[in-house]
Amino acid sequence: MAAETQNARTQVAAPALTPPASMMGMPRHHLLIFLGLLALGLIGPFVLYPVFLMKVMCFALFACAFNLLLGYGGLLSFGHAAYFGSASYVSAYAAKAWGLTPELAILLGTATAAVLGLVFGALAIRRQGIYFAMVTLAFAQMVYFFSVQAPFTGGEDGIQSVPRGHLFGLIDLGPDRSLYFLVLAVTFFGLLLIYRIIHSPFGQVLKAIRDNEPRSISLGYRTNQYKLAVFVLSATLAGLAGATKALVFQLASLTDVYWTMSGEVVLMTLLGGMGTVFGPIVGAAVVVTMQNYLATFGAWVTIIQGVIFVVSVLLFREGIIGVLGRWLKKPL
Amino acid sequence: MINDVILAAKGLTKQFKGFVAVNDVDLQVDRGSIHALIGPNGAGKTTCFNLLTKFLQPTRGTITYNGRDITRMQPADIARLGMVRSFQISAVFPHLTALENVRIALQRQRGDSFDFWRSERVLSGFDGRALALLDEVGLANFAVAPAGALPYGRKRALEIATTLALDPEMLLLDEPMAGMGHEDVDRIAGVIQRIAQKRTVLMVEHNLSVVARLASRITVLARGKVLAEGDYATVSKNPDVIDAYIGAGHG
Ligand SMILES: Nc1ncnc2c1ncn2[C@@H]1O[C@H](COP(=O)(O)OP(=O)(O)O)[C@@H](O)[C@H]1O
Ligand SMILES: [Mg+2]
Repeated sequence: MAAETQNARTQVAAPALTPPASMMGMPRHHLLIFLGLLALGLIGPFVLYPVFLMKVMCFALFACAFNLLLGYGGLLSFGHAAYFGSASYVSAYAAKAWGLTPELAILLGTATAAVLGLVFGALAIRRQGIYFAMVTLAFAQMVYFFSVQAPFTGGEDGIQSVPRGHLFGLIDLGPDRSLYFLVLAVTFFGLLLIYRIIHSPFGQVLKAIRDNEPRSISLGYRTNQYKLAVFVLSATLAGLAGATKALVFQLASLTDVYWTMSGEVVLMTLLGGMGTVFGPIVGAAVVVTMQNYLATFGAWVTIIQGVIFVVSVLLFREGIIGVLGRWLKKPL
Repeated sequence: MINDVILAAKGLTKQFKGFVAVNDVDLQVDRGSIHALIGPNGAGKTTCFNLLTKFLQPTRGTITYNGRDITRMQPADIARLGMVRSFQISAVFPHLTALENVRIALQRQRGDSFDFWRSERVLSGFDGRALALLDEVGLANFAVAPAGALPYGRKRALEIATTLALDPEMLLLDEPMAGMGHEDVDRIAGVIQRIAQKRTVLMVEHNLSVVARLASRITVLARGKVLAEGDYATVSKNPDVIDAYIGAGHG
């Protein structure tokens, strides 16, 4: 009986529900943060050491790619070094041995990570929770042993003095400043793509599966297909970060595929705030800064890093940005 | 009269490591009816639901839905056939708003949603319908609240709204009123009655006055077996049923 009046009310209420959006369907505060980051990125190389900033950006992209899987897909991979590292090797090899232009080298590295993600992901998503993490770790270890043995990876030395080349065969990326703006563009493209994925119809289903998989199934979603899709997307973007990193340092090495690399990205993500948009960026910046400025302490870096990690996880489990977002009462 | 039966199970059996949770159950649910599945705790009601909706693979037996053998199908495909279940423990998406919860179900109309490159604003076309569904279960004022923050009774109401969003032909509700206060029970009972005007409902419920009021047919399960079947008057007089309830207790 009350249906008519209720319907009238819903019609009035509906527009107010759409969050206040500005460009690209982003809430205003997210747009402002992205613009702020872009401004920082543009001023950065004139204030700080460009290679340091490029390293931060590559790891920020890596951590955001990982967070897409963990924070929004609810899947803890402990083997993301496989995608980061294999892309690093392939782009380094393509640039050095085949003389590919940097954009093609990066694309090829990224594609390698995507294919690897598809194969490993298809096998791993059949397992849940800790078993999923173990399977991803096992695959990553396989990639590591392959990298130790394979002739083209250069063993302990890795692939060194990778030429940065000319972008599209035109722009010389040799100087740090010119490479810097390519890395900035790649990182920003990656971050915006991840943002879009999170806030897409696909992202909605993803969050639902993360929150309650059986319920998603009972609504008719074939959840394994969504989990595989996000796994591949995450691996691909991790590969984009790794491939770019190889050009920045002109080096691909066993460090990139070692399990500690998988651990580091977990650390960055948790420290910054998993399941937040901007947390992994902050986490990556903190960890890379720590590694750079504490480098003089030698082996102590690992221990200091470990202590900071334990303390921060105990003090604020939601990570830096998670806590900040709660204070500001705005999801960040 | 095969056409009047929407869901049928024959010889349905589920063994867990030697323990038989569901034992040779035959069940027929008439189209358009409210059918209740009752029995003491541990009788195998939830396991039955899991078998019927394919969340568990039966050890033996067959299940037919609309005359079609669904025994070997995947659970997501069961939902796509029009049979949607709820869960005994409240099953909402806690980090999504109430509106988004319902919209996830409405979104199924688009088919699969693998379009990660599109803005979620394409989903705002479902907002009106989602609000109407929330309104139907008394949640219109909670649309933007995160589902995880809703009180228990409201969560259960949200689940029903989400299930209804799929416009299913058949609903399986596992203790939809457990843990609810009087007012909520009355409201949800009303909702279920309204739902069943166009649909079939199979429900597990401990509140026997609700069962007496809603269900046209009742199947009593005890230790995995069908103990009795019939309308409330028949079943409640059955000495085996009285025994089972007094013997095992329920709640
Ligand atoms: N996955 C499982 N593994 C082993 N035993 C189970 C499993 N699920 C249910 N059971 C057992 O099956 C019996 C029936 O459980 P259930 O179907 O939940 O009962 P009800 O819903 O009628 O209270 C219980 O004894 C329970 O312990
Ligand atoms: Mg039960």
